[in-house]
Parts: sequence; C-alpha cells; structure tokens
Amino acid sequence: MSIRISNDPYDKRIDKGVANDFMRESIASAQGRFRSGKLAASEELGDWEDWRSLGEEIRTHTLNHLDYYLNQLTEQVEARGGNVFFAKDAAEANEYIKKVAQSKNAKKVVKSKSMVTEEIGLNKALAEVGADVVETDLGEWILQLDGDLPSHIVTPALHLNKEQIKDTFVKYRGYDSTSTPEDLALFARKQLREEFLAADIGITGCNFAIAESGTVTLVTNEGNARLSTTLPKTQISVMGMERIVPTWEEMEVLVSLLTRSAVGQKLTSYITAITGVRQEGETDGPEEYHLVIVDNGRSKILGTEFQSALHCIRCAACINACPVYRQIGGHAYGSIYPGPIGAVLTPLLDGYENHKELPYASTLCAACTDACPVKIPLHEHLVRHRENIVELGMAPKMEKVAMKGFVQWASHPAAYKLSSKLARTAMKPWTKDEKITDGPSILKEWTKERDFPAPPKETFRHWFKNRKEEK
Amino acid sequence: MKVSLFITCMADIFAWQVGKATVELLEKYGCEVDFPEGQTCCGQPSYNSGYKKETIKSMKHMIDVFEDAEYIVGPSGSCVYMLREYEHILKDDPEYSEKAKKFSRKAYEITQFLYEVLEVRNIPSTFKGKVTYHPSCHMTRLLGVKEAPLRLLESIEGVDVVPLPQAEDCCGFGGTFAVKNAVISGRMVDEKAHHVEETEAEYLVGGDMACLMNIQGRLTREGKNVEVLHIVEILNQFSNEEVKK
Repeated sequence: MSIRISNDPYDKRIDKGVANDFMRESIASAQGRFRSGKLAASEELGDWEDWRSLGEEIRTHTLNHLDYYLNQLTEQVEARGGNVFFAKDAAEANEYIKKVAQSKNAKKVVKSKSMVTEEIGLNKALAEVGADVVETDLGEWILQLDGDLPSHIVTPALHLNKEQIKDTFVKYRGYDSTSTPEDLALFARKQLREEFLAADIGITGCNFAIAESGTVTLVTNEGNARLSTTLPKTQISVMGMERIVPTWEEMEVLVSLLTRSAVGQKLTSYITAITGVRQEGETDGPEEYHLVIVDNGRSKILGTEFQSALHCIRCAACINACPVYRQIGGHAYGSIYPGPIGAVLTPLLDGYENHKELPYASTLCAACTDACPVKIPLHEHLVRHRENIVELGMAPKMEKVAMKGFVQWASHPAAYKLSSKLARTAMKPWTKDEKITDGPSILKEWTKERDFPAPPKETFRHWFKNRKEEK
Repeated sequence: MKVSLFITCMADIFAWQVGKATVELLEKYGCEVDFPEGQTCCGQPSYNSGYKKETIKSMKHMIDVFEDAEYIVGPSGSCVYMLREYEHILKDDPEYSEKAKKFSRKAYEITQFLYEVLEVRNIPSTFKGKVTYHPSCHMTRLLGVKEAPLRLLESIEGVDVVPLPQAEDCCGFGGTFAVKNAVISGRMVDEKAHHVEETEAEYLVGGDMACLMNIQGRLTREGKNVEVLHIVEILNQFSNEEVKK
C-alpha cells in the first residue's frame, strides 16, 4: 500500500461510500462525539483562538527553519547513539528499514500506529524480507486482521461498528464472547501481549520530534507505543520530515492542541518519548535505534503557496468537521490521507493525475479551516488546487466552456440583463407548478436530488424601475 | 446614508421579492438606496472552480460599476464575502489593487449592515410564527456574521426561533459541487432537510438564497410542508411609521 489506496474510479468510490448506511451511521455518531469533545476541551482553555495562533506561529517558524532543526535533531539523536537516515522517497525508506530487519534476522515486528508507514507501504516491504509486521493499535489491528484499510487518520477503524469487529475476531481469531467493547478490547489485549513479547523489532511513527534533545514523542491512549518501544531491543522511528518542533516548550503547546482537537482530551493516557539508545546507568531504552526521516514529496511543498499544508499535526479535526467525509467515509478519497487535509495533501504528495477529483470533493464550507488547530486555510488550498488543475488543462472540457461562458455573462451587463429577463421563458418547457423536477443539461444533476425553482414572473429590475417612476 | 444595492444574481433571477424587501428595509431605516444597473454576478462560481484569471475580468467590471458607492449592501453572506475577497485577489494588480481595497471594505451583508452600521437591535416586524434558522457557511465562517441575523430574528415579538440540529453542517450546495458531486450533495441536503423537519418549525429562514434554494428544493421534493423564506422577508414586515417609534 502507498498513498493511493484504490484503483477504482472516483465515482465508483463515492457511490460505494454513500451506499454504506452502516458506515455513514458510525461516522455521523463519531463525528458528533468528536465535535462536542473538541468544543468542550477548547472552550475550557478560555482563549482557544490565541492557542491556535500560537500553534500556527510555531509551525510556521519551524518550517521556515526546517533545515536547521532537522540538523539539530540529527546531531542529538546521533549523540545519543542513534542512527539517522534521510529517505528521499518511500522506496529509500523501505530499503533502509528492510536492511535493518535483515541484519537483525527479524521475524516479527510490532508497530504502533503510524500514518507515514502506511504512506510508504512499509508492512508490505518488510514482508518481502520475511518480517511479519503486527499492528498494535487496536483499530489498526482490527483492520489488519481483515485486510481492510484505515478510513481515518486518528481512529482508523471508524467505519466499523462493534458487531463488525466482533465478526472479524470470530472469523480470524476464534473469538467466542460478546460484542461489548470491554470484551472485545480485553481479547485484543491478550492477543497483542503475546505479539509484543515475541517481537524482534519495534517500529513507531512520530507525533513530534524534538530537535533540542533528539527525542521522538508519541501520543496514544492504548499504551501500545510504550510497549512497542520498551520490549524489543531494536527500535525504528519513522517520521515525516515536517513532524518536528524546536524544543519541549513548543511540543507542550502542540500536543495540547493535538489531543484537544483530535479526541477532546487535555492529554492522552500515554505520551511516550524515545531519545536514542539506552545510556549507561539507564534502565530502559533500546540497544539499537534508527530514526528514518521521510521526505517523499514534502520538500517540494516548502516555499510554495501550499507550505502551510505541512503545518498539519494529524489531529483529524478537519475530518471530524467535514460534512462531505460524513457522507462518503475515508476510503472514498482513495488516499491514505482522507478528508479535507487528505484532499489538500494527496495531490501534493502523489500528483494530480490519480487524485484530480479530490479538490472538488468539498463544498468549500470552511468547516475544516475553522476546525484546524494550526490554522491551515484548507478550503483556500482546495481552490488553489482547482486553479492548478485548470492551468494544467486537466479540468473537464465542458466545465471550461461553461465557465468561460459564465465569465463573459458576468462581464457584460447587457447579456446578463437579457438573460435574467428571459430566464422564465427559457425554463418554461421544463416548468410545472412553478418548479422544475427534471431539468435539462447541468440542471439534470441538480434535479435528480431536489427541485429547481422556476424564475418568477416579476423581476427585481422591473419592480425597482417601475417604483422609481411611480415616485 | 447612501446605500447601493448589490442584488446578487440569485435574487436577481429567482427572488425579486428578496431584493424588494432589502430595499424597503434599508429605506425604512433612513437609507437612500440606488441600484447600479450595470451590476452582474460576484464571480464566485468561476473563481471557486479555479478560473481565477478569467474571473478577474468580471470582478473589475463590478468594481467599476460600484465605484461611486458609499456602502454596498446585499442579501447574501456568501456573495458579499466574495466581494470582500476582491481586495485579496487583486492585491498585486497595478491598476485595481487600491480600487479593490476600497470596494471590498464598503461591502456588507444586509443583516450585518443593519446590526453593525445602523445599530438596529429591535425589529418591529409583525411577522408571527415558529422559525428555524440555517446559518449559511460563508456567512458565518468566512464573513464572520453569526450574531446579527439571529439577534434580529429573536427581537421580533411574534417570532419563535427554534434551534436547528447540526446547524453548522453545510447544506450541500457548494456552487458547482451540487452538480459536480450531485450524489454527495443529495445526501447532504437530505440530512439538512430532515433536521429542518425535526424542529417542527413552520418556516426555514436563512440569509443566502443559494442555500435556501437547495434546501427548499429537497423539502418540496420530499413533500414537506415547511415554507422557506429569506430573512429580509421576515424582517421587512412592518410599516414605515413603525420604525420611528
């Protein structure tokens, strides 16, 4: 797997999402919980807008000095006995990690939840060298058992309800208890504990790397990152190159923005930190540590109008706020990064060719922009993408003709006035009872779902003119 | 106070009564209203579709048409927001950057103008009924007008405002989205229409014709008995003498 998760065409993916009532219900109820949780957790601070501005400032500063902080991070990790590898793309990252696995003759790898390892398709790469990767985040583990894919970047199995999860456990692991969340979680816990104990290597992602100390920090509620990082003797952290902060002070601000925005918590149950290898006199930490810093298209975004897309701290607040995601679910985006941030990031990382519909999968309602804790102007980025698609000649021909016609109409008052005058007559063949239920041309799509009003007999311009004359 | 009406193409073609109510309201509060005949559309449909270079032509036309206006007031949060964007879109245009700045800064949505500029707090409208209000996305989130329409509605004695569940969710219009992503748009407006129905309100009220047209289209398609009104149609239900009290 890589960024692109489906070969189905866009329309087919949308139809599939919209037809899945189970999933749509799960999402609607989860969005409700996430939104009210976030609201309470942000209001509690009393000055949420100031926090957002601070978050934005930290991200902007860090990205403007990314080379400096990445150097500092590297020096610090190396000083603590760790190895740092810069991977320009997915292939380089996977090659490096495969080599580490081979050198350790690793058969089993435990991995805590990480979007970047999904992005580069790490599990498949490690399978090629005989290393079996076990996902240890509950949601990811459920998906892995069933060969399914994440549909959300924080709660990857959001599209499944507990009955479906129970069925998966029964089918693949001989589960024989109830579908209550407690029973399901206890079963998973027992199963996963065995995997942790048997693992040769632990792999994690990275929520925030801290440049000043060479630390990778991880945020979880299940403690699986803690187990993944303490049991196996060899550790690998994989991070997108932008997931870095200068010092612990900035980390504190961003982690609060993250957990409040993601799940409405002040802090998650666990925040795990790894700083190089175990030093003399220390009781824990790995014997061998590798930090893989992945570019995979990110450095191309730096310095462009899209740079703020790299502010993203992967909280999914935009996804939880999105009314389009609500109807279609994560898989419909065809990208490992769904929702508004996915629609912005995916074409940047993986090109327009396979993702040119994504920037249009939004009403530009700006709920995403409003929700973002680090102020990424998501809906504006979507418009910039549309501009690029037009510029590249990738927009549909019909649209181009229609839009050019529209602009001519809006630039020529005589034509505009005439059309408003003639609108009623023009629509007459399709009008019945002052509405159109089965319209022609572009109205056809509209009237599939709802009626269209017939232009009324009176027009504003006529009324205004008459009135002036009467006066 | 001199006000130039920006009718919006939606009201121009589909809702003359919204233009009428806007003009009458402004006049009742002492404004002298003119209507620059050469005005067209704000350009949002093509701009938001990615045709920026092309749209700039019609934007400049609009700036010229309203050059002499003291205030530009229109019955749409979304279209007025677009007018306010001109300033940013044309910021590097040698000839129009200053003009665009002036233009954008005199543009107001009607309830915003009543509330912020004319400082109206109580509307003596005689309208009676149970209404629910849909806060359109661009009006609330982009133009930042949240208070004005609700406060004005609530100030009407006979109006009972019932909250709309999930009010913050988009109705699914989204300009070309409604035809380009008709399936998703259909699910969204269906959800919105159900929430409207849940309130048991007699009237659905909003400040953007496009959203209202979308929701109304779904309500009539489903045979629902909810009347859809633009907010000015409710605010305007009083006589000239009333305001002087």
